[in-house]
Amino acid sequence: MNIHEYQGKQVLKQYGVAVPEGKVAFSVDEAVEAAKSLGTPVVVVKAQIHAGGRGKAGGVKVAKNLDEVREYASQILGKVLVTHQTGPEGKEVKRLLVEQGCDIKKEYYIGLVVDRVTGRIVMMASEEGGTEIEEVAEHSPEKIFKEVIDPAVGLQAFQAKKLAYAINIPNELVNKAAKFMLSLYSAFVDKDCSIAEINPLVVTGDGNVMALDAKLNFDSNALYRHKDILELRDLEEEDEKEIQASKFDLSYIALDGNIGCMVNGAGLAMATMDIIKYYGGDPANFLDVGGGATKEKVTEAFKIILSDEKVKGIFVNIFGGIMKCDIIADGVISAARELGLDRPLVVRLEGTNVELGKKMLNESGLNIVAADSMADGAQKIVALVK
Amino acid sequence: MSILVGKNTKVITQGITGATGLFHAKGALEYGTQMVGGVTPGKGGTNVDITLENGSVVSLPVFNTVVDAVAKTGATASVIYVPPAFAADSIMEAVDAELDLVICITEGIPVIDMIKVKRYMEGRKTRLIGPNCPGVITPGECKIGIMPGYIHTKGHVGVVSRSGTLTYEAVHQLTTRGIGQSSAVGIGGDPVKGSEFIDILSMFNDDPDTYAVIMIGEIGGSAEEEAAEWVKANMTKPVVGFIGGATAPPGKRMGHAGAIISGGKGTAAEKIATLEKCGIRVSPTPSEMGSTLVGVLEERGMLEKCKTH
Repeated sequence: MNIHEYQGKQVLKQYGVAVPEGKVAFSVDEAVEAAKSLGTPVVVVKAQIHAGGRGKAGGVKVAKNLDEVREYASQILGKVLVTHQTGPEGKEVKRLLVEQGCDIKKEYYIGLVVDRVTGRIVMMASEEGGTEIEEVAEHSPEKIFKEVIDPAVGLQAFQAKKLAYAINIPNELVNKAAKFMLSLYSAFVDKDCSIAEINPLVVTGDGNVMALDAKLNFDSNALYRHKDILELRDLEEEDEKEIQASKFDLSYIALDGNIGCMVNGAGLAMATMDIIKYYGGDPANFLDVGGGATKEKVTEAFKIILSDEKVKGIFVNIFGGIMKCDIIADGVISAARELGLDRPLVVRLEGTNVELGKKMLNESGLNIVAADSMADGAQKIVALVK
Repeated sequence: MSILVGKNTKVITQGITGATGLFHAKGALEYGTQMVGGVTPGKGGTNVDITLENGSVVSLPVFNTVVDAVAKTGATASVIYVPPAFAADSIMEAVDAELDLVICITEGIPVIDMIKVKRYMEGRKTRLIGPNCPGVITPGECKIGIMPGYIHTKGHVGVVSRSGTLTYEAVHQLTTRGIGQSSAVGIGGDPVKGSEFIDILSMFNDDPDTYAVIMIGEIGGSAEEEAAEWVKANMTKPVVGFIGGATAPPGKRMGHAGAIISGGKGTAAEKIATLEKCGIRVSPTPSEMGSTLVGVLEERGMLEKCKTH
């Protein structure tokens, strides 16, 4: 789960990570009020959307007085920002962060990720702050330093200092930088983050080390033990169909194509998208109904697919293990009857109770095209939507 | 022979009194697996009675702890069906009881819990498969997990996969082509897990009854690339591959916690290129895993000895 920058900074502050003073604003007036209360000559007005690259897209402005705050806030609020992470349709800005400006001496990068190879958390640091870490990794990998953290003892002070020295933090600020890193690690572990990126981390003219930006991503499997984080979820940043699917414990991701997919199992669901594309079609979604789906769940899944106007045809691909084919057939039939099946439907069933499932589909009187294999089904649906 | 599990494997179920644990304990018994008991804290001393399709009733003893269960039943393996919030603790309990093998089916364990589990397991004898996996099966001998047993046939092709349903797909494609399997192993879809491709490939390489292997990967991480390099350097048997997620958008988690392209890394294209470079033929679609393997076996004159029915 993603949260906004201002929320991330609030979380980090609880752990003693230094961040600039700032306030969230939902309107231009609130932004001006926020700037007044911060009381510094310079403030930064920052668009709050769940995507990086805001600066380049015109979503971050430095205001030298309250008039400028008003001007920039009205420019940015309601604007659709298009960055490399939003996709071409962009994202509308509905919240601003108004923050104290600071005297930046130099920018650095600090990040925490879970490393699959070691099965441990790794802290990464670089002198190339402000640039995307992927770019640094590609062009000058020698400028990225890493410390693998032993979960039994956590990040140690010597490791933090090693990183601080490696990225040339000024000597007199190494202890402050190390404390920053240790606090960041505590927040990461305590709140079950999956990614924490501070880009840039800055050293200021008055001798502070602080997070100028904060990107926190949380492990959705661990949200059950973090009610406070769950409250930070911004539904407006998410796809409506994805929200609806999550209510029914369906794993759904919206895509751009016109063939709706309903599959059991994440691996098979991904592979179904691939095979549609292979035969010249374009999947409209990823949808895993899970291993133990009920008739109701299948019906909901069907509704979500049909609610997408882009969908011109549907491919149901099921390999029944625990999931029985007759239950899928039952769900498909009842959903099609309830919602009215106005688009082509291809069903491929295999596995437990497959004969019964096929028989039910055949006898339903619905216009369902049966497929013998994944390849057969993919080719049939691609032909039908053309 | 086979890998990991066989007719002598004695299995306990952690979480046996839950609906899922019970359902799959029954499935395993129907298949002929030696299920010897179960663990549910607070229910030690009781029994669960499971009625099989043929009408016979199997009564399995329930214990409070894994150590008790092992002492009383001689179990060598455990399978875990407890809810995600308690699953990490259950794995560590099984490791502490020095079982040879622990298979964790549970999906949704927090990553940080698994990081702790892996640290805890260092220097101990237990092998962990999963979590978030379908389990392990040696056809005709032992089924531990949630896979449909009837699609499998005993034979000589090993299957290892990050995805459950794609494992079934591969096994089904083999069986319908007359090719049996030595063992099929689902290593699971989580980013931090007990066993990686290399661990399983190495066992298949050492197993005299396995003649060839299908390896099914997906987007996210670099385990497939590492496995491919390992295959090139060590594997004496043909390996055929498939990688799911060629059309997955970057930055989106595709169901499995580990199936995500982050920072442009872990794409299907990269993985497929590395596999091909290392001599692993990659099936162009998930529908052709079986036929791709058949093609490779034919070229090497191995098809006949892999035919089992």
